[in-house]
Amino acid sequence: SEKMQRRQSSKTPKQPLQVNHKNQTDLSAWRKGGRTDPGNSVQNHQSPNDQKNDSEQVSLEQALSYFEKVQDRVSLKKSNVLQKHLAAVESTALQRGLPPEGFDVLLNVALSGKLADTVNTRLLKSLIPASVIPESCVVSSVSWLCVSKCSDNIQLLFLRWLITMFDFVDHKEQIHALYGFFFSFLQDEKMCPYVCHLLYLLTRKENVKPFRVRRLLDLQAKMGMQSHLQALLSLYKLFCPELVTITLPGKMKSYFKNSEGPWKAVINTVRQRNQANSPVSQLLILGTSQPQSRKRKWNTQLTIPASSTNRTNLEEDRKKNRVDLYSTKESAFRVEQLQTFSQLLQNIHHLEFPSQMGSVLTNPLLLHYMNCIKDESIYLRLYYWMGQTFQEECTWCVADNNQYEEEFKDFLEMVYKTECFLQEGFSSCEEFLYKSLPLWDGFCCRSQILRLVSWIPLSGFSEMKSYLYDPLSQLFFTSSLYFKCSVLESLKELLQNWLNWHVIHLDSESDSQGHALSTTLSGIVNVVAELIHFVGRISTVALRLEDDSTFLLYFILDFYETVCDMYLRYNLPLLIMPPAGVFYPALLSMDSVNLNQLCYIMYRYRTNLVAAKESELSKKKILQFKFSSETYQEYNRYIIAMVGCLWTSSAFQKDIHPQGLHMDEELLKKTAVQEFKTSFNIVYHPAMMGYAVLFLQQAWPDDTTFNFSLIKGKKWNWYLEYLYAQGLQGLKVFIESSINRVSQAS
Amino acid sequence: DPQRTAFLLRKQWTLYSVTPLYRFSDAHLRDYARLLSAFIAAEKQKGLAVEVGVELGTKVTVSCLPDLKGSDQDQAAILVQLSLRSPAAPKNSEEKLIWSGWFCCVAGDDLSQNVPEDFTCLPLFLVNGAESYTAIVGSWFQKTFDCYFRRLAISPLNLSWMAAMWTGCKVDKTASAMELVFSVPRLPQPLDISYAIHPEDAKALWDTVQKTPGEITQEEVDVFMDCLYSHFHRHFKIHLSATKLVKVSTAVASAHCDGIIKFLQSQYLTGVLMLLTELAISQIQ
Repeated sequence: SEKMQRRQSSKTPKQPLQVNHKNQTDLSAWRKGGRTDPGNSVQNHQSPNDQKNDSEQVSLEQALSYFEKVQDRVSLKKSNVLQKHLAAVESTALQRGLPPEGFDVLLNVALSGKLADTVNTRLLKSLIPASVIPESCVVSSVSWLCVSKCSDNIQLLFLRWLITMFDFVDHKEQIHALYGFFFSFLQDEKMCPYVCHLLYLLTRKENVKPFRVRRLLDLQAKMGMQSHLQALLSLYKLFCPELVTITLPGKMKSYFKNSEGPWKAVINTVRQRNQANSPVSQLLILGTSQPQSRKRKWNTQLTIPASSTNRTNLEEDRKKNRVDLYSTKESAFRVEQLQTFSQLLQNIHHLEFPSQMGSVLTNPLLLHYMNCIKDESIYLRLYYWMGQTFQEECTWCVADNNQYEEEFKDFLEMVYKTECFLQEGFSSCEEFLYKSLPLWDGFCCRSQILRLVSWIPLSGFSEMKSYLYDPLSQLFFTSSLYFKCSVLESLKELLQNWLNWHVIHLDSESDSQGHALSTTLSGIVNVVAELIHFVGRISTVALRLEDDSTFLLYFILDFYETVCDMYLRYNLPLLIMPPAGVFYPALLSMDSVNLNQLCYIMYRYRTNLVAAKESELSKKKILQFKFSSETYQEYNRYIIAMVGCLWTSSAFQKDIHPQGLHMDEELLKKTAVQEFKTSFNIVYHPAMMGYAVLFLQQAWPDDTTFNFSLIKGKKWNWYLEYLYAQGLQGLKVFIESSINRVSQAS
Repeated sequence: DPQRTAFLLRKQWTLYSVTPLYRFSDAHLRDYARLLSAFIAAEKQKGLAVEVGVELGTKVTVSCLPDLKGSDQDQAAILVQLSLRSPAAPKNSEEKLIWSGWFCCVAGDDLSQNVPEDFTCLPLFLVNGAESYTAIVGSWFQKTFDCYFRRLAISPLNLSWMAAMWTGCKVDKTASAMELVFSVPRLPQPLDISYAIHPEDAKALWDTVQKTPGEITQEEVDVFMDCLYSHFHRHFKIHLSATKLVKVSTAVASAHCDGIIKFLQSQYLTGVLMLLTELAISQIQ
């Protein structure tokens, strides 16, 4: 075994590691922290100009290479160097855990007996994995045990370490191959309890052999009824009842001594810290590694690990006349095994859904699978689970739940992410929103709730007003500016999600019959129109309440940027103009961003209306929907007002909108404003005047009188070019499309 | 056959609603019992292997209660019982029943007609026994049949319905008094008011209120309760309408707002279960 040991250790330092997928991120995170900046200590937080400390503190890398080379028995008390390196290992282990590469080196030192037991103990106690422990280092450690270079205490500590860390070892095949070695350690009376525990973890059916049973029975005869021996025997009996004929007591309080003592607390801290620091979103972490939520009610679990169903094919098992919890069809691929996307692809034909559908929320691979399998029962199972969880956990509908707000927030967040992933809303979530919005204070879990609103599915549901719009508008009118903007933002998302859904279904149903399509289409048009009218109404009121806030207007126009393009971008035969209460505040806005945005929106309205008119005229097919002449008239009135304002300086005369800017000449004279005609054109408009000033300064650097009337004729054109160059692209496309420049020039 | 459901009477049952069970089958009840028994053993000795099918400390039986049905569409009720064998007792001695729970569906067409074949509708679950066992059994059913258990509370409104409905029921024996318990909210010390009425008086009152026999409206229930309240006010000057109705006991059954029920008459067992099934379904949907 000495030979095997050497081969192992010479290979390990640069050995490529096979870590499983989910932990790879941890590993690379460590590499980043530890290696990209070799001059710096691994113990982070150290500023580079801390030169003094640099010489005293040692990086983990340096410590590892020190322990790799350390030769003779170095005394801890006397060697400052050893102290420093040991401290480096300990502090890294306690803070972040050790990288997989570290274990081989440190186990080799600790078990080789080169150093004093105090050092070895400290080393073993700091063997905390950041991600995984490579199997190879366990194998080489066993060979050290075989040559007994280290003391009994260290051997025991190592076994306890191995039992505690068993689940962190990346592979177990080679360790299984050493079953016989471990079994031989049973003869050592001190090691026996721990070896039994280890064997209990390792034993498979093929390990149960008559000679081993005999050996265990001999040991029992020699040492008396020991709980650890009985545990192992009962496992043997479970696998091969015919080999173990003695009766064993059925119930035992505990079989094994607790091994994890020295490491338990640190493992938890390291795991929590690494999880919190992980750049990967929670969604990407597989279900099994999710921290368990506090258990307060037995029937509530917000995150469920994916586990395979235990009732697979009862029929088949009945033939063998036994069913057990862990049996499953040979052919089925179990969800616990599913770790990578390629596994999913290879096994997609015989993958089983987990026993509880709620677990798919934390398992992106299963979500991919769900996307492929359109099975009603999958959605129904998820519907029931999610619906009940919402009702049970909602922090404002259920008394005493408010202390769990953070948990509920995470749950809502998880549902939202899943909806984004699947690109569809859950009906259970929709029902939850309808039930809970009337009771919502608009504050608790605000961003989560508003984001979930954006995934309310598009359906012919006619009760939207009383279920969604009424409770939402009550909150909207009584809440802050910021809340208003958030609501508008989420309603914009809602509109976009609906339109996307419509486009996708239009494609997939294009070959179905026209009649069926037209009925659903009219339903869709009505529901979308209702949403847009709702936003129009609340926007009008909100602009009044918030004194035409620029910030608010920005969100409102953002909504209309989607509305104005519905016909061309989403193939929906519907265009709705903004109400005057939105249009005029935007036109007279003090802010050029909003004015520019309004110009862009009006340009897109024009493009859409023109396209609709053309297709109507070409009559290639009989249109089921036509835009009403009302829409064209509304557009024309707005355009007249806009051109009158910005271009022809005739806003007050030409505007024919009933809620528009039209004013009597007499009245205007009474205001004593001179040059009122031009006051809203692209030079004098309050949103534009800043540009005009800068333009004047550039064009006539010596003139300090700010004579705006100089901008005319050729200079007017220069000014336009200047505005375009300043990024007012909306203004550009608007002027180029809606204003007849030839007549202007003449 | 009243004999076969007699054991359900005069026990306190805690109510739960359960979403439809996925891939549950009557044909496998014995297997379920074996798996559940192993699950209970495994839960109790965390982390250690458990053999399925051998005699374990807790014995589980899962059986059908075919009598508890409202219509043919209803799934037969399922009874789960846990009993303990004491290791000292001789082999064939009586086992001690420590926990029982049953799933049922009486006239649950609203739910059962709307779910696909893979699902079994047993929306009402009733438990008598320690919460720790309920937790284990419930978790096993949740894990195995992807369902969801929720405590089923009974609102004061539904309690007043029960009071009115049960008052009108004919009971053969000399019936015990009808008792309503009210709790007064917002007091530093909890204060309960118990209001007992002679069953014949209550019945006489209800008969004057109910217009069509066999049919009850919300309005009739309100009138009935208002009469009781004003009678109480005349004597004690306390407005019971300002308190919360928490418990109703009659000769038919007694119900507590926390979702606890006691059946007292086997002839009205399915009738009460029908109402509870309806409440459970409304909590699920």
